[in-house]
Amino acid sequence: MLDEIIASLFPDGHEVRRDKGVILGSATLRSGVRMLVLGVADRTALGVDEAIRLSGHVLDSIGRDSGPILVLVDSDSQRMSKRDELLGLNEFLAHLAKVLIHADTNGRPTIGLLYGHSAAGALLATGLATRVLVGLPGAEPAVMDLPSMAKVTKLSMEALQEKAKSTPVFAPGLSNLAQMGAVHMIWSNAASLADQLEALLVDLPAARDQRDALGKERGGRLKAAEIAERVRDLALQVR
Amino acid sequence: MTAPLKDVAPAERARSTSFYEASARTRLELLLDAGSLIEFIGPGQREVSPHLKIFDLPEQFDDGIVVGHGRLDGSPVFVAAQEGRFMGGAFGEVHGAKLTGLLRAAREIGTVPVLVLFDTGGVRLQEANAGELAIAEIMRAVMEARSAGVKVIGLIGGRSGCYGGGGLIAGCCSALAVSEPGRIAVSGPEVIETNRGVEEFDSRDRALVWRTMGGKHRRLLGAADVFADDNVQDFREAALELLGLVGPFGLDRLKAEQDRLAGRLRSFGACGDAIDIWTAEGIADAQAVPELPADQFIALANRIGRTSRDAR
Amino acid sequence: MEDLSFRHPVRARAGGARRSAIVGVVASGNLEVLVERVLPDAECAVEIKTAAVGFGEVWSAVIGDFVERYSPGGLKFSINDGGARPDTVSLRLAQAVRLIAENGQ
Repeated sequence: MLDEIIASLFPDGHEVRRDKGVILGSATLRSGVRMLVLGVADRTALGVDEAIRLSGHVLDSIGRDSGPILVLVDSDSQRMSKRDELLGLNEFLAHLAKVLIHADTNGRPTIGLLYGHSAAGALLATGLATRVLVGLPGAEPAVMDLPSMAKVTKLSMEALQEKAKSTPVFAPGLSNLAQMGAVHMIWSNAASLADQLEALLVDLPAARDQRDALGKERGGRLKAAEIAERVRDLALQVR
Repeated sequence: MTAPLKDVAPAERARSTSFYEASARTRLELLLDAGSLIEFIGPGQREVSPHLKIFDLPEQFDDGIVVGHGRLDGSPVFVAAQEGRFMGGAFGEVHGAKLTGLLRAAREIGTVPVLVLFDTGGVRLQEANAGELAIAEIMRAVMEARSAGVKVIGLIGGRSGCYGGGGLIAGCCSALAVSEPGRIAVSGPEVIETNRGVEEFDSRDRALVWRTMGGKHRRLLGAADVFADDNVQDFREAALELLGLVGPFGLDRLKAEQDRLAGRLRSFGACGDAIDIWTAEGIADAQAVPELPADQFIALANRIGRTSRDAR
Repeated sequence: MEDLSFRHPVRARAGGARRSAIVGVVASGNLEVLVERVLPDAECAVEIKTAAVGFGEVWSAVIGDFVERYSPGGLKFSINDGGARPDTVSLRLAQAVRLIAENGQ
């Protein structure tokens, strides 16, 4: 599936390789611009070994290239292991996110493309660290899966599914994350991905984080934008 | 003879108050110059989570976080303190948005630092999508503030530690101070055990938890640059020390961090336990590290000299 | 969750100058009390949201004792309760009255 997606995104050619669940490479847009490509494939857990390769790929490109950056995501959660935590997984994941955020705010716009699964820390370090997060139909992000949630809340799966009908705030799924403002848009599988990518690049939103406003507009997150704005105003007044 | 509490000098009270045991409000009261805290959207505003009622759960008037402005040795600072006892200090929509707004203001001002007193299990399960996104927004806001010249200091020593997305936000900060009980990790012990089995991680083995995720290990790795004893005065002094150490943020920091973390994998990637890492660091009696009192541990950590200064 | 509300006539105005104060946290077996000086001097109100359903009579007794003992005139107490025992409730209410009686904002 990843091969088809890459072929549809970059009909003019690409050098994108997949190695132990990590996607690294670059591709040529029809405009001739080189786009840096990275990501996580095959529902691989994002651990220290994967994260350091991804951040290194972006850092190597800074100063050498000038094009936008695409982050493809079909991951598991962060790798849950003693070794990863022992070595400071939080620093590795934060570092990857920081590198992506820095690139985005310094002339290298970042786009996330969620085409499979993702969850928790892996999503924070990849798709949610990009300027625009796009979902492909069939993608299934899950911040928290319902069985785990059932265990902690001591509610039945049926009760949780019933509650999920009235709110996008906790249940997994692409449409819920879109309503929250986390996923900016959902592309069509029927049309050329290259066309949709280039349309997005032509009309890219500003680097400013507006996901809270988007979540309010879509009715999924009614409080966040207002609370952040009120605190900001109060903090600016205190001087 | 015991004097009434309010007659005790503030520094003495801060020295005798456990950071771990104190509430978020008490931490701030004793960390900042006396009486200097101005809270934004305090409990009287009743801006509670709009989502907990779906689960028939009690709300807290401040949604588990205090944000505001205060003074530290006379200088202005923005502060945020999570209450680790309410919903495990977890990030929900309102809770997270308060910190985001604070960081956005700090970015616009550019010169007033931000102290974040972490005490969190990560994303609040009952509003998982909103909490996850709030963390993503906070990470971005931290980096934009740092790029604008703001120092963002994390203080970690609360009962809920600094887990999940909280660990990622901590990784974005300019510098961290941590105490021994201040655990920093992404996956919590129970989460690892549930997903991977007790052979991978025995969450009831508290010694294992402390040496894998606890403050001493994080200090020895250089993830935290200052180790604080578990009292509020020590954290106040740590914050002042770090504010003096932190330099401007830029691409060079990220390149240095890449080298720092890659070097850590090369040096310690094959180690199976914290004891192995400490031994590889040249600590003769690594087994004794968990028992070392704070002053001896600080001397040891300074001798080892691992730091993330200028490399985060 | 259960909502409870109590109003009592009070002998005297509560001391101090602060407008509001907060004590406690919402956790299992614990509660937070927000106290605000917003009522006429001869009144006191207590509004409770509690996770422990069906304890209205216990609350009524605890609050009756509290009002009798502290005479918190002019104060409105708002409580978020995570299922605290009566002695914890009494303690927090007393702390709240003491705190608002201090000098300050």
